[in-house]
Amino acid sequence: MALEKDPLNLIITGVGGQGNVLASQIVASAGIKEGLYVTVGETYGASQRGGPVMSHVRFSLQAQCSPLISEGQADIVVGLEPVEALRVVAEFGNPKTRVIVNPRPIYPIWVLSGQAKYPPVEEVLEKLEELVDRVEVVRVTEDGETPPAVNVLMMGALAASGLLPIPIESFEEAMREILAPKDVELNLQALRKGVAAIRKG
Amino acid sequence: MSTVKIDQPGKSVLMMGNEAIARGAIEAGVDFCAAYPGTPSSEIPESLASVAEHFGLYAEWSTNEMVALEAAAAASLSGLRAIVAMKQNGVNVCSDFLMTVNLSGTKGGLVFVAADDPSAISSSSEQDSRNFARFADLPLLEPATFQEAKDMTKWAFEVSERVGLPCMIRSVTRLSHSRGNVKLGEIPERDRSARFEGVYIAGAFAPAQHSALHQKLERAREEFEGSEFNWYVGPEEAKFVIVTSGSGWFYSREAVAALGLDAEVGILKLGTTWPLPERFIIDHLKQATEILVVEEIDPFLEQNIKVLLAEQMKTLRPIDVYGARTGHLPGFGDINQDKVAKALASIRGLEYWTRDEGYAKRASELALPCLPPRMPTFCPGCPHRASLWAIKAALKLDGRNGFVTGDIGCYSLGAGPAGFFQLKTLHCMGAGTGLASGFGKLGQFGFDQPVVAVCGDSTFFHAAIPGLINARFNNSNVLMVVLDNGGTAMTGFQPHPGSGYDALGRPAPVVEIEEVCKAIGVEVKVRDPFEVDQAIEDLYDMLQDDGARVMIFRRRCYLVESKEKVRKRVFVDSEKCIGDDCGCARFCSRVFNCPGIIWDAGAKKAMIDEVVCTGCGVCATLCPSGAIVVEGG
Repeated sequence: MALEKDPLNLIITGVGGQGNVLASQIVASAGIKEGLYVTVGETYGASQRGGPVMSHVRFSLQAQCSPLISEGQADIVVGLEPVEALRVVAEFGNPKTRVIVNPRPIYPIWVLSGQAKYPPVEEVLEKLEELVDRVEVVRVTEDGETPPAVNVLMMGALAASGLLPIPIESFEEAMREILAPKDVELNLQALRKGVAAIRKG
Repeated sequence: MSTVKIDQPGKSVLMMGNEAIARGAIEAGVDFCAAYPGTPSSEIPESLASVAEHFGLYAEWSTNEMVALEAAAAASLSGLRAIVAMKQNGVNVCSDFLMTVNLSGTKGGLVFVAADDPSAISSSSEQDSRNFARFADLPLLEPATFQEAKDMTKWAFEVSERVGLPCMIRSVTRLSHSRGNVKLGEIPERDRSARFEGVYIAGAFAPAQHSALHQKLERAREEFEGSEFNWYVGPEEAKFVIVTSGSGWFYSREAVAALGLDAEVGILKLGTTWPLPERFIIDHLKQATEILVVEEIDPFLEQNIKVLLAEQMKTLRPIDVYGARTGHLPGFGDINQDKVAKALASIRGLEYWTRDEGYAKRASELALPCLPPRMPTFCPGCPHRASLWAIKAALKLDGRNGFVTGDIGCYSLGAGPAGFFQLKTLHCMGAGTGLASGFGKLGQFGFDQPVVAVCGDSTFFHAAIPGLINARFNNSNVLMVVLDNGGTAMTGFQPHPGSGYDALGRPAPVVEIEEVCKAIGVEVKVRDPFEVDQAIEDLYDMLQDDGARVMIFRRRCYLVESKEKVRKRVFVDSEKCIGDDCGCARFCSRVFNCPGIIWDAGAKKAMIDEVVCTGCGVCATLCPSGAIVVEGG
């Protein structure tokens, strides 16, 4: 076990209701299984639904870290929503940051009410490309279905991306421990979809 | 499986700070837990309730924090170990009892967890509850890590028993709601038996009790002097020492490392912060000439340390103290390693940055102009959106410039665009009704605006009943609207006396809100806010009456409802939706503002976002063209 950087900083971001917290819990539990110190800081609260949410996940071989990542110090960003990925990169990104993003937008109410504009997704992706080292776009809805468990699917993409020294099996094992037994199978399917999406890409 | 239950001593697991506190209580053999939910504390009682049957302990959701503390104290006075947990506002609620139970003393370990919310991320105020420990003369512990959250909680029961006082644990959001490694300890077998003996009367010879309380606190100080939760790291003869507690430990350590100051700056980390372990602190500050105090919210430690330094003027050399008072740290809000590093850098004349300035500028210029703001809103399917729309419409029809006094819950969002900016006051639990009862008596001063007090179902039981009784007793003109969604939704849908089930999910007697209102003697109606037209009409009618009245808008939280029901498909009939020609000003998306309804810019018509829509169908009743279809609805 080695980390390319210690601590290795991951931010998972999305919109309240997308399941950020579960995603961070899965990847963090998987990390602990690999003998790492893992710290997860959540930014949620009044933003139960519809607000921007972020989970800061920090992996270390040496010590428990603070639950917050400093400005510009994200090594990996997983965006469950494109604009939120860009929002996080603007504050926490650096030229070496790697991004995995679901390009499916969720529109804020200011956009719905006409007081703000949602940028074209391609423009968001271009800006991400310009700012960071690598952008993996995970197109979760190409088969036309309503995507189940985007949060877990994106964890599958992260697990298969090779960006973390944590095998996919540890993700699966963590899910079996965390999830209610009735939810395990559906979520494992979502995880595998994410794995396949990255391998295909 | 709940991590708090795992019986594998030595195993390392991922735990939320609150789970670690709950696990510490389990490892202390806790018998009794009582609480009212409040962010960021709710997972402590939730975790204990989830394993209550397994371990044979008792857990309840109490009607409010005062009752919770009183109930937990009863267990303590009967020789049991009890824990009570609350957010900072709850400490205010129970403070009356706290300021007397300190005098009467306790018996079985009573641990009092105050989870503060720096920066008020999920609160109407930020407040440093440590001041209550000093105010009430109670021993105070501040865990810094997830491991400590568990180990310290276990120890807190022993401290409480040894000094005969409630022992306070102060957590903060960044500990309570963060997750990290916790190595599990053993779960003891407990022989539980409760028996009340003796006399616990506060105020009998209160000055003597107060003096005895001070002596108990001195015993706590002695115990704290040797505590394993106080430690020093860094060079032995450091001239510059950071003194910190709680969340400040992680931030201080990372700030020192980021600036490469490990060889020069020491960190004195305190886990026991009231009363201060004075000899321990003095021992570690003998060589110091400068200290920086790092803590979250108030300069509590900073002030207490300064008092200690003043007392020790003759034994210590002069020490410059940096912190909130010198402006190096804020003294309000939350902190992080960057704020500590900047403080340290500015004192030491160093530079600190975390990324290239040019890159930061480019990232901002590229990203910020195109990022739409995203504010929290009511969930799709939330009954509050419809209720606040009905209130807005009824007040407009009434035309007398009526307004809404707000309260604490999901519906607090009604102060913003989610609730059409309807809430005009917002303070603490129950304040909406109390304020309304005052506004409703201003007629003799020419006040002629109707007043609507909104209040959630859980808030009703917690703190609004006295305000309603006051309005009835004093014949105040108040229309109270209870937004009854069946549970304490904002904190994760914990049950309350009207829910019909208890903390363990077992059936419980129901206290009906309308029956309470009837017993108070006020007019009461119950309506479904999704029958919007009826709701508006009835609300308008009630606005025309005098005296205290109650409208209950009852519909279950859709987050809960949708778990039990098959989602209905909602879609826009593109033949019937005539877009901007309708004259409705895009009512469904732009005005009603449900995030499940979006605007199809290509077709220039409304469209349902199937990923977001929960299928509640209330929009179908509101669309003037009848263009929204609920399949099977």
